[in-house]
Amino acid sequence: MSRSASNHGARKALSLCVSTFTFLCACLVVAPLGLVFVHLLRAGAGSLGFDFFTHLPTGPGEPGGGMANAIAGTLVLLGLACAIGVPAGVLGGVYLSEFGSPRINWTIRFLCDILNGVPSIIWGIVINALIVIPMKGFSAYAGGLALGCLMIPLVMRTTEEVLVLVPHGYREAALALGIARWKTTVHIVMKTAARGIMTGILLALGRVAGETAPLLFTALGNSFWNNDLSKPIAALPLQIFTYAISPYENWHHQAWAGALVLVAFIFTLNITVRFLTRGKPVRI
Amino acid sequence: MERTQEFVPKPATPPVSAAEAAAAPAPAAQRNAFEIAELSVWYGQKRAVQDLTLNIPERTITAIIGPSGCGKSTMLRCLNRMHELVPRSRMTGSIRFFGEDLYASRIDPAVVRRRIGMVFQKSNPFPTMSIAENVTVGLRLNGITNRAYLRARMEESLRMAALWDEVKDDLGKPGVSLSGGQQQRLCIARAIAPKPEVLLMDEPASALDPIATMKVEELIQQLSRDYTIVIVTHNMQQASRVSNKAAFLYLGRLIEYSNTDQLFTRPREKQTEDYISGRFG
Repeated sequence: MSRSASNHGARKALSLCVSTFTFLCACLVVAPLGLVFVHLLRAGAGSLGFDFFTHLPTGPGEPGGGMANAIAGTLVLLGLACAIGVPAGVLGGVYLSEFGSPRINWTIRFLCDILNGVPSIIWGIVINALIVIPMKGFSAYAGGLALGCLMIPLVMRTTEEVLVLVPHGYREAALALGIARWKTTVHIVMKTAARGIMTGILLALGRVAGETAPLLFTALGNSFWNNDLSKPIAALPLQIFTYAISPYENWHHQAWAGALVLVAFIFTLNITVRFLTRGKPVRI
Repeated sequence: MERTQEFVPKPATPPVSAAEAAAAPAPAAQRNAFEIAELSVWYGQKRAVQDLTLNIPERTITAIIGPSGCGKSTMLRCLNRMHELVPRSRMTGSIRFFGEDLYASRIDPAVVRRRIGMVFQKSNPFPTMSIAENVTVGLRLNGITNRAYLRARMEESLRMAALWDEVKDDLGKPGVSLSGGQQQRLCIARAIAPKPEVLLMDEPASALDPIATMKVEELIQQLSRDYTIVIVTHNMQQASRVSNKAAFLYLGRLIEYSNTDQLFTRPREKQTEDYISGRFG
């Protein structure tokens, strides 16, 4: 007893040291985010203007110009990605949660997690080999497909997780009313988890919105407007990449502005997610 | 009791429906709603119900009593084929519903469940739906779109469930905003809205306080004029209060089955007597 009492001061000091150290580590985690934001605002905000959102890029050395085509291109690519990633991901998640047998589910989950770990540039190369080369050209379709493939495992796992959280009693209650299995799944189970599914989709979108590597070999990029999805299309990350490695000062400024827009977009997506899950942690 | 035309695709060989039964001039003899013969149920290796044989008459309240794990709920769930949803469950024996084999291969379990409704121990109104939507969900998701009919069925069911006066001004509020007892009556309204012929109740009042329990028991007695009711309960007072017939199950076997007053006052079996006098269970 007396020993521990004499120890008291030392233990308190140690406790203070360790908790301060962990606090500093926590700050270190958040610091890069602050750095990114501050730097992007300083370097990019100056080049942001109305023109940036409405004009096509200009040539090197020419002042003005914008990234309107790249912003539109990114939205088109994300739309295509959703068209592929959302149905496949959501329905896959529904299978895992509602229909699959334990053994098959284990295998699918395992493969899905491996897929999640595949570097995104691999997707670019694979889609290039499977789509771009046989079709003899880069295209928006190929870019959308690459991003969509990246989305599938992300959407699938989050969908499964929120569906599993729907209490079994709701399924039983619906089935006991003589409601068919598929209607129970769609109108009761999925509807109950709709916000969670939506959250998963938005998070996946945020994740692929900034991907550059899979687009390099698929969408390629474009300095002009593109009305044909079977032709190369511009995208914000690609435009940033091209401008950033160029030797021209005004392109560098444009690249910073593009980066700011991209980060703001992803930030908005995440705010929306927060809004959807507000108060109740993915309320079921 | 009028049945809408669009509801419930007729089974291949139409059994005598409640509508026909009601239309017939006062049936003198009481028919059997269920005829259960040598029913055994396994979950994996574990046998939950063993060689159960009994008949459940129509328009009566039949209570199934017994200690926890005696197979009461399993037996009840066999009556509307809900036990099939449990993985690795297996059943032998036969169950006839107004003479028709419930487990014949041509029978669609969904149709069975439309004719044999169920109320669960834990009230489970759908959280995405309002009070009104909860009541009509069984009709709407089975293809009924006539709004006037849905509206009428909604009010009628809520009145039968003795809930109408309490919720008639809040029909648009979420079903989960009600109190526990009200939620359970909402679930009963939801179960009777599609006009089933039978209502199965799996410990419907065990999660409720005494006043809510009393309301649900009164409701059960009123419903028995139109419905065949099978109620599982481990509360013997409840069984003796509400039921006409009672079956005592122990370790998956049927020990005794008779009129409720007889089972509670002059049990034939020693085990029944021990159980109802509180010596075990």
